[in-house]
Amino acid sequence: MTDRLASPAEPQPVLSPGATRRRILMRRLWRHRSFRIGGGIVLAIALLALAAPLLTSTEPTQMNLRARFAPPSAEYLFGADNFGRDIFTRVLYGARISLWIGCASALLAAAGGAMVGMVSAWFRPLDGVIMRIMDALLAFPAILLAIGINAALGPQVTSVIIALAFAYIPRMARIVRAAALVVRELDYVDAARVSGAGGARIIFRHILPNCMAPLLVSVTFVFAYAILAEAALSFLGIGPPPPDPSWGNIIAEGRDYSVQAWWIMLFPGLAISFSALGINLLGDGLRDVLDPRLKVEA
Amino acid sequence: MLDVANLTVDFRVDTGWIRSVDDVSFSLDAGATLGIVGESGSGKSVTALSLLRLHNDRATRLSGRVSFDGQDLLALPERRMRELRGRDIAMIFQDPMHSLNPVLTIGEQIGETLRIHQGLDRKAAQVAAANLLDMVRIPDATRRVTDYPHQLSGGMRQRVMIAMAIACRPRLLIADEPTTALDVTVQAQILELLRDLREEIGMSVILISHDLGLVAEFAERVIVMYAGELVEDAPARTIFEAPAHPYSEGLLRAIPSADVDTHRLYAIPGRIPDPGNRPPGCNFEPRCSLAQATCAASPPPLDPIAPEHRIRCPIRSAAKEVAE
Repeated sequence: MTDRLASPAEPQPVLSPGATRRRILMRRLWRHRSFRIGGGIVLAIALLALAAPLLTSTEPTQMNLRARFAPPSAEYLFGADNFGRDIFTRVLYGARISLWIGCASALLAAAGGAMVGMVSAWFRPLDGVIMRIMDALLAFPAILLAIGINAALGPQVTSVIIALAFAYIPRMARIVRAAALVVRELDYVDAARVSGAGGARIIFRHILPNCMAPLLVSVTFVFAYAILAEAALSFLGIGPPPPDPSWGNIIAEGRDYSVQAWWIMLFPGLAISFSALGINLLGDGLRDVLDPRLKVEA
Repeated sequence: MLDVANLTVDFRVDTGWIRSVDDVSFSLDAGATLGIVGESGSGKSVTALSLLRLHNDRATRLSGRVSFDGQDLLALPERRMRELRGRDIAMIFQDPMHSLNPVLTIGEQIGETLRIHQGLDRKAAQVAAANLLDMVRIPDATRRVTDYPHQLSGGMRQRVMIAMAIACRPRLLIADEPTTALDVTVQAQILELLRDLREEIGMSVILISHDLGLVAEFAERVIVMYAGELVEDAPARTIFEAPAHPYSEGLLRAIPSADVDTHRLYAIPGRIPDPGNRPPGCNFEPRCSLAQATCAASPPPLDPIAPEHRIRCPIRSAAKEVAE
């Protein structure tokens, strides 16, 4: 009887029961349209970045003075810049640096934010001090903070990553703290204490894993912000140093020629827009599935 | 085995401290069952949580003595207390829907207690967890250990909670409203299970409930709490058949009965007093049908009126004396 009431369209997969939860989650994600589209875009960009050497025969730093300011053509798909470097190649290789910066700084910010947020939620006497420091950091524009840190560490990709990670730690910390404050009052945390679990076990086994959903969602959004911020930093001249291309520094280098050679800025700009769009769609999907309460009703 | 003497619990609020549990004393022998009854806010859960010292240290003040096997739990350092929790004293909660961690399998959660106290490795803990599931009569235990909580019904989850609690064969199990969130039929099964396990393991049980009928059926001895105070302490049979305190009487009358033809359900008039604003005399006086002028004047003492029977009601203890 009950078997018939359960939706007949979905036969229960014969699996170890532990796997079902993940399976259900994956299926729900796949059904989510914006997750599918966003995931597709991100995956496509990542694959293009990885396959760059297969898709183009030139090096991103190889100059060809005869091709200076060559407009888009069959030979130079996206045109060439002031040194005659192929923009198509540079955008492909630039994706590696830009995505790496976005991804690494988002993950680093998440790790740092998780740590700060958990400490704040667990050791209540420290909470006030820590969160006021975070507020102060938050009151600082992220870009300004990144400029400062970057200036101190010198122009290199790593310092861009560290700078952006620091800039985004406060919002991650707030998210984790908020989630942890809710979780720590739940009955299963009390149940763990009744079992004799100590602080570390409760934090890492019972609280942190249950704060992952909002954290994961914000990782995707920070990933997108970080790619934009990388472009902004490059534009200000403190992004990843040339001649290695990142989307940001291609645009930055092209801005002086924006009138005669619009293609230098257009294509990396489109790449940034598309990846930010893709990541945001992906994040929306993740949020809807993992944490439906955060959903803003349209 | 357990001897609670003058337990008093204060909580910090914005305006100062409020008394949640006031001078409660009771004791419990090894293998015995004690019921604690009272309505919401009577302090019964707070009393239980205090035995395990689960309250936030900074916002709670505990005083009195909770002696368990001769050691005073209130004076024990936190580290020693942690060793004791889950190993010697275990607890199950009211709401099985929220008492299990959604990201861990039930096997991992049951095994956790064993890994903490007996140093079992992951594998051994998993095997032990399956045996425990068997003990709490979850069918197909070896396959079920890898289930996540959301795959189980409320009754099943409560069985899992019980399995977690008895993993180390504790000497005392505190069950805080273990069946309140469950269907009536499941309630009976869970109580039956608790009763069997108590005998199997030989542990003492403290059952906390607002349902006097349920407690009287399960426990040998019952204490009734009202507004943080112990108002009656008697063998379960006495409480059920001849309650002496007017509040216990009220609780008993408030149990709906199928064979008495009443059109209205009985409720004790009024509400439990706010802990920050209790009456100067007897806490129950404003709601009591027997109340006299003296009741409002000063707090009544807890008088013995028979062997094993104490009540906090001078009117009734006086009546008892006259009758004798």
